[in-house]
Amino acid sequence: MQLTSPDFPRNAAHALHDAALQRALGNLKAGFPGKRAAAVARLPEFEALRDLGRDLKNHIIEHLDYYLEQFEASVQRQGGQVHWARDAEEARAIILGICQRAGAKTVTKGKSMVSEEIGLNEHLAAHGIEPIETDLGEYIIQLRGEHPSHIIAPAIHVNLDQVSDAFHQHHQQYGKHERQTEPRALMNEAREILRDKFLRADVGITGANFCIAETGQTVIVTNEGNGDLTQLLPRVHIAITSIEKVVPTLEDAATFIRLLARSATGQEISVYTTFSAGGRRAEDLDGPEEFHVVLLDNGRSQMVGGEQQDMLRCIRCSACMNHCPVYGAIGGHAYGWVYPGPMGSVLTPQLVGIEHAAHLPNASTFCGRCESVCPVRIPLPRLLRNWRAREFERHLTPQGYRFGLRAWAWLTRRPALYCGLTRLGARLLRWLGGRSRRIRSLPLAGGWSAWRDMPAPQGRTFQALWAERQRAAGMEGKR
Amino acid sequence: MTESTKRAPAAGRRVALLATCLVDLFRPTVAFAAVKLLEDAGCHVEVPVQTCCGQPAFNSGDRADARALAEQLIAAFEGCDYVVGPSGSCIGMLRHYPELFEAGSAWQVRAAALADKSYELLAFLVDVCGVEQVDAHYAGCVTYHDSCSGLRELGVKAQPRKLLASVSGLQLKEMEEAEICCGFGGTFCIKYPEISNRMVSDKCASIVASGADTLLAGDLGCLLNIAGKLKREGSTIRVRHVAEVLAGVADEPAIGDGE
Ligand code: SF4
Repeated sequence: MQLTSPDFPRNAAHALHDAALQRALGNLKAGFPGKRAAAVARLPEFEALRDLGRDLKNHIIEHLDYYLEQFEASVQRQGGQVHWARDAEEARAIILGICQRAGAKTVTKGKSMVSEEIGLNEHLAAHGIEPIETDLGEYIIQLRGEHPSHIIAPAIHVNLDQVSDAFHQHHQQYGKHERQTEPRALMNEAREILRDKFLRADVGITGANFCIAETGQTVIVTNEGNGDLTQLLPRVHIAITSIEKVVPTLEDAATFIRLLARSATGQEISVYTTFSAGGRRAEDLDGPEEFHVVLLDNGRSQMVGGEQQDMLRCIRCSACMNHCPVYGAIGGHAYGWVYPGPMGSVLTPQLVGIEHAAHLPNASTFCGRCESVCPVRIPLPRLLRNWRAREFERHLTPQGYRFGLRAWAWLTRRPALYCGLTRLGARLLRWLGGRSRRIRSLPLAGGWSAWRDMPAPQGRTFQALWAERQRAAGMEGKR
Repeated sequence: MTESTKRAPAAGRRVALLATCLVDLFRPTVAFAAVKLLEDAGCHVEVPVQTCCGQPAFNSGDRADARALAEQLIAAFEGCDYVVGPSGSCIGMLRHYPELFEAGSAWQVRAAALADKSYELLAFLVDVCGVEQVDAHYAGCVTYHDSCSGLRELGVKAQPRKLLASVSGLQLKEMEEAEICCGFGGTFCIKYPEISNRMVSDKCASIVASGADTLLAGDLGCLLNIAGKLKREGSTIRVRHVAEVLAGVADEPAIGDGE
């Protein structure tokens, strides 16, 4: 997908003026946080579960090689195959190869952010294979020629009217000429069309929320059941996911499933939690003949042992973006790549290079709400700050800003000079404020004064007044 | 991390006041209010010469300058029993100081010692000094914005409400979404002004909807941002630092209000 993160400010401005998007974001802010809070309140041990999730993930990351090899052996034992993809290109080639060997014309797809990360749909289409998204949200944005704006609610930015338009335009070819406007009718129409696609697909591609090392199973959680049809009906099932999704045992997977649904949608558990283990066995009534797991690295192994390692704990629940006031103001597309919100602002620079995503770690007030809800306690503000430090080191911070910062730092390290200048500054700004005590336009901070007044200082600095008070009290020398 | 609830005998303790650079420059009233509250709690207040805690450098990725400012502040403040400031954000920065230094180095040990005895003003008064009530009067209906660092890094939530409850004449009306960021974010509001403006607009809408006539908070950065927006919108809501009301020194015009 086209990277537009360098245009973040323009993207954000555009989003702020998109009335339909703003309404959609209003619904998101009114929905997700409350549902999560209610689910958390119903589970007294939730905080302890978060600690457990964090510790488990840390353990896994420290023994990643061990669990990945165990997972591969377990998959092979069940007749499946694990493919290792160093980067997006390798992953695309592996999947295309499997599809071509299967003689695939169409593939159905369950929801997968890793598939977005590697740009799979474009690649398959370019090679004459039609990818069909089967998650309703993904299906809608595929028809609209868009990418997800949220990691679990990909079409959160689309309103009902726009869905009607998209279906009306694209479903004519299936003899659906009436423009549906009711959610239920729209869903039934999509369901009917997808039913046929499910039955005719040659390959089914899903993601995997977890890969269980002990059993060789991949796990997906969905609310629509589309994942099951995607992976059960075609002859070949490919699960594409990334290396940090491995967990040691079934029980560990259960720990994360408990954390995931509550953090994401406030559900106790998703409607469908599907475990896949190998292809169809002799005694099975259904299931794919082939089972492939493609494990993507794409720079993740480099994070092990580094200052951003904590990010590998992420279970893609979306709580951080659901609670982020910046995401809530601008939505996901403004971030300009696959992963939006706080987790994306940490991950994107890692995956595309900080020089291409320099804005993202800066687009945060460090309000800390993301960290306060992250089910695996990822210190997102700290990780964002680490990126800012890398940017500063590499002179990626804008020159004017950098100069201002260094000049200010120089001054603050000279307390006598600083105190003298701030005394003058306080008087000057007080004078500028006049009787209204407000400054309406600030030459060096136009971004502030375009929308806000600047309350004027009282006129004297506290340290000057304090020194006077001490002198008056005859306590000079006490400071 | 929540504010420690240990109760060292605070009476007679030497407290170094970190006024914060914004209060020093913009609103000395807040620092004098803090001095009064601390002295009423039996503390002896000192004011070391100070500039800034270094947070802008730290949050901009300029670790070298952040470290230099941290060393300067540690040297100036470490002689006192406690460091107290009327800002969750700046005190939160002091708690970050140990991260700036190499593990086990002499400076890290000093940074950790300073971080351990640094407190946000209201948390210090309630959790350390055991203050239960203040002697103040305020005729008005106030709503309280929970500034992010104080709330989420230091656990400041109940303390201001507890003390406000003891102010005679004061009625507290909670706004919706009191815990959501106002969009100030230090240099964020200059770097991404449009996003910041959206956030402060939402915050102001919550404040207005609460029906309160006064907005209080514990951080001057947020207060300047919110007051600046409210005043630009023509609102008559008064904006004050919570310490001003608790200390009963609300004689200066409110933040952003004329004479
Ligand atoms: S960073 Fe944490 S909150 Fe955000 S998606 Fe990942 S696990 Fe969820």
